[in-house]
Amino acid sequence: MALFAFHFVPIVFGGYYAFTDWDGLTTHANWIGLENFRRIAGDEIARSVLWHTLELATCFVVLVNALGLVLALALNRAVKTRNVLRVVFFAPVALSPLAISFVWQWIFVPQGALNRVLDGVGLSSLQRAWLADPSTALWMVLVVLVWQFTGLAMVLYLAGLQQIPEEIEEAALVDGASGWLRLRKIVLPLLAPAITVSVTLTFIIGMRVFDQILGLTGGGPPVGQTETLGTQIYKQLFNNGRYGYGAAFSVVLTVIVLVLALLQLMFLRMNERRL
Amino acid sequence: MHRRYTRLTLLRELALVLAAGFFCLPFYLVFAIALETTAETVKTPLSLPASPQWGNFSEAWHAAGRSGLGGALVSSLVITVSSVVGLIVLGSLGAYAIARRRSRLNDFVYILFVLGIILPFQLAIIPLYVAMGHLGLVGNYAGLIVLNIGLLMPLTVFLYTGFIRALPRDYEEAARVDGAGILQAYVRVVFPLLLPITGTVAVLTGIIVWNEFFVALLFLLGSGAETLPVALYSLYIDSGIPQWNLLFAGVAITLAPILAFYLFAQRHLIRGFATGIKG
Repeated sequence: MALFAFHFVPIVFGGYYAFTDWDGLTTHANWIGLENFRRIAGDEIARSVLWHTLELATCFVVLVNALGLVLALALNRAVKTRNVLRVVFFAPVALSPLAISFVWQWIFVPQGALNRVLDGVGLSSLQRAWLADPSTALWMVLVVLVWQFTGLAMVLYLAGLQQIPEEIEEAALVDGASGWLRLRKIVLPLLAPAITVSVTLTFIIGMRVFDQILGLTGGGPPVGQTETLGTQIYKQLFNNGRYGYGAAFSVVLTVIVLVLALLQLMFLRMNERRL
Repeated sequence: MHRRYTRLTLLRELALVLAAGFFCLPFYLVFAIALETTAETVKTPLSLPASPQWGNFSEAWHAAGRSGLGGALVSSLVITVSSVVGLIVLGSLGAYAIARRRSRLNDFVYILFVLGIILPFQLAIIPLYVAMGHLGLVGNYAGLIVLNIGLLMPLTVFLYTGFIRALPRDYEEAARVDGAGILQAYVRVVFPLLLPITGTVAVLTGIIVWNEFFVALLFLLGSGAETLPVALYSLYIDSGIPQWNLLFAGVAITLAPILAFYLFAQRHLIRGFATGIKG
């Protein structure tokens, strides 16, 4: 009971601070109602932060799950090195996102690996400062995220695939169903629970992105282009001392994650039943 | 029948191995650059260094954070081990109560725990930071251990509860008949039965705590009790323009223990993530 007071009491307080102008130093916090939320809605940067976070999370969920599914399907059968490959593809999931982000930062800097390789293969016209260019920075963050978490989706789908009885697929094969038809009519429907779990989990990960931003761009180029809700909460708190405003951001993040995750869950479960 | 190894399978296998090789390139970069001289990182960073600069490692070892990477390694170990032990003891006990004493209150508590997995903890971080500051829990091990236990308790309880519910009651009832108290039956009979899921919980939460950066950054930066990711981050921000060979030596030191542990425990970890499917 005490444990869980630990988890939930602060959340309630956090919710309360969102409606105040507290700066974290004084003991008194003034109730200012919805003012913080109004400020978030009216602030250009805050709005773009919300937009980036959703954009990043959505693309992340789509890409990671598509790639993870392809990998899982490719690995599921007959491949001799499957156990080794599974360990390789899953490895980044276990590693520190921050350390990984530093490695990728070097790949993307002007003098880094990507530009050198492009130069080497005669595509030097494509070279650019990937992380400092406002039009590419966010997508580079996406690349790193996808690289790190594709293995997670793959493992979830592999676990789902292993629960599909072989007989069903064999029966379809005997009946002459093509590979594509088998995938669409048999494998995917039976994989529905795995899809639900994987999509929900990756969505939550995508919405909470923090380490990667700090390790790659620090939220820039120069300001805000790759800022997410996670980094905004951190900065409002500890750089600007605007606790109330930061807390309001947290509430926004929580509400979005909760509502979208639940909607997603409901939608996917409905699909599961229909299939 | 589809287990037959055809030419097509071979093709698929080759494609996968190629993809895996590509996938591993970042690891090669860490290894190569961590051993290069500063001049080499500018001129020929992609090729292996002419003579490996092992000195980069000791330089990074001392430069990072207030107590160096050595101190950070100790901090990370202390915090991770204590958090995991706390999670196992408290989480398995809590889950045991939830799973065996079915009541409306306990079902409700269980739902709250599950909800706690989804809720982003960032919401709670501000009041937690303030409250723990008052309690003297900012900037030391104890605070971060308590926090990690609290933050990962929902996941732990969730995993344990699912496992215990599938466990037959016969053994514990036999122990009770033989005169063991609840706690004694738990310690002597139930807990040993929980070993498989305990392994999964330990590996899963251990890796999460080890890599945790957001909370550790808030609570420990500049305190001298930094964990590895925080020390690595201070190595990065302190240097202004990053010195890539040193930073990468730091990255290698940070990644090496967890990579070794991963290779050793990957079965547990992969199973831990895959359990979600069955739940």
